[in-house]
Amino acid sequence: MSIDKKTVKDVAHLARIELQANELEKLSRQLQDILGFIDQLSTLDIEQVKPASHILPINNVLREDKPHVCLTPDKALENAPSKNGNFFSVPKIIE
Amino acid sequence: MKYETVIGLEVHLQLKTKTKAFCGCAIDFGKIPNSGVCPVCLGFPGALPVYNKEALSSAIKVALAFSCQIQEYTKFDRKNYFYPDLPKNYQISQFDLPLSRNGYLDIFSENKAKRIGITRVHLEEDAGKLIHELNASLVDFNRAGVPLLEVVSEPDLNSPQEAFDYLTGLKNIIEYLDVSDCDMEKGSLRCDANISLRPEGAKELGVKAELKNMNSFKGVKDALVFEVSRQTELFEAGQTMVQETRLWDADKGLTISMRNKEGAKDYRYFPDPDLTVFIIDQPMVSQIKAQLPELPREKMRRFTQDYGLSEYDAKILVSSKKDAQFAEECIQRYPGKDKKNIVNWLIGPLLSEANFRKSNLHELTINRDELISLIGFVEDQSISLLSAKLVLTQMIDSQKPAVVIIKENNMLQISDTVELTQIITAVIQENEKSVSSFRAGKINALMFLVGQVMKKSAGKANPKVVGELIKRRLTDA
Ligand SMILES: [Zn+2]
Repeated sequence: MSIDKKTVKDVAHLARIELQANELEKLSRQLQDILGFIDQLSTLDIEQVKPASHILPINNVLREDKPHVCLTPDKALENAPSKNGNFFSVPKIIE
Repeated sequence: MKYETVIGLEVHLQLKTKTKAFCGCAIDFGKIPNSGVCPVCLGFPGALPVYNKEALSSAIKVALAFSCQIQEYTKFDRKNYFYPDLPKNYQISQFDLPLSRNGYLDIFSENKAKRIGITRVHLEEDAGKLIHELNASLVDFNRAGVPLLEVVSEPDLNSPQEAFDYLTGLKNIIEYLDVSDCDMEKGSLRCDANISLRPEGAKELGVKAELKNMNSFKGVKDALVFEVSRQTELFEAGQTMVQETRLWDADKGLTISMRNKEGAKDYRYFPDPDLTVFIIDQPMVSQIKAQLPELPREKMRRFTQDYGLSEYDAKILVSSKKDAQFAEECIQRYPGKDKKNIVNWLIGPLLSEANFRKSNLHELTINRDELISLIGFVEDQSISLLSAKLVLTQMIDSQKPAVVIIKENNMLQISDTVELTQIITAVIQENEKSVSSFRAGKINALMFLVGQVMKKSAGKANPKVVGELIKRRLTDA
């Protein structure tokens, strides 16, 4: 897979990252290198290997439906950049 | 040209577990903001989600109730997008390996039975709640991480009414399973609708609009009705449809296009590495299947078979779990094998009392045994059916026993022959003309004479007994 500037731009937008022109150039190259490195995997024969979605051979890890002790609102809001009473406060999102 | 309407519904159900999907925060919507939260549901770094056993079992119940195939291998994925009500910047959902697929829901709509396909039932989590203030939006994460089920229908619905009946049927089944409150106004059931039109007979689907923001079943129907006419007009005018999301404005009664912000959505789904896969084997499915309660369809079949109800009557009674339970209690207490009478009372006078009071059958404040005793008074002709209906109303209002109300209102029918004979003698003397017409073979004359006796007795004479007595008197003499 080749990474062009447009792809990097799209990905940056999806991640809400603003990139300068020179960064775009640099990152396109770096991402291309990373993907190239990972691409080595495609040389392996995986015909007999089932697709995995988890790295550990474990399944069905569940918990009982029992309440734990929650954070207090003060604690929950402690690191909030902006708060209002017991609410997190964010820039207004609808007109 | 004639158009065919094609509708598919996406329903989100909040599961009523004690705790959230991936953490032990207790679910309680009355709580003060951000008091039911923890590092997991706030998306703090390093927190590890673990799925709720009860939620999984509820989800499997729902999937089984819709006859879905439970997938043996299922996993959670991350659906990535940014929104302030989503603390992790992704929602844990299911993408390519959902819990279940290929189910159906049978509906009865516009006098037709129809099978509506269910594409999939999958697991996900709710987001937080936003409150929009003048200069800021406030976020409460108490709801973030509440377990949701998404039930996606096939585009098999062909009218707003069918969509409405599908939702009613779905809610009915969930109510029987008791896994969600299904209250659209309170947000425990949410519904988005995809709707498109196509020329009748066409195979390909038209361009669809996705409708959001409906907060009642009727709202869904109204929004769809509006959309059918809006899209029909566009078609007629030869305009092309654009695929878009439209918001229903219940006050104005129309849908409004949401401006398309950034082109096609790209959620970059990928398996959530924090959660393990689930292998749902046959023993597990069988075990949960064994816990399923009797569902509306089965109950309906049993009501018709065991109690001799018509399919129509049974359908009415099973349309609410609690009403069905109330009805069955009454039917079982009613003596004898023939249940026709009690059923007629339930479907007739009791249901109209409930409708009149804008309540449900099971909410009527009437003691089951007292109801049976009231019906007994009609059966042994102590009171007339007409009086019995009045007694029923008073029983519900005052919760007094039937017998007390009957006595208070002096409603007992006179079946006592001595008392009736006196009245009959008087009536015969006063109506010589009718007496001779009866003797001349005119049956109507008998009806008239019975009527006169009823009048004289202030409606309390037992008409059947009176008829017999007059007949005997006049033919013997
Ligand atoms: Zn939590």
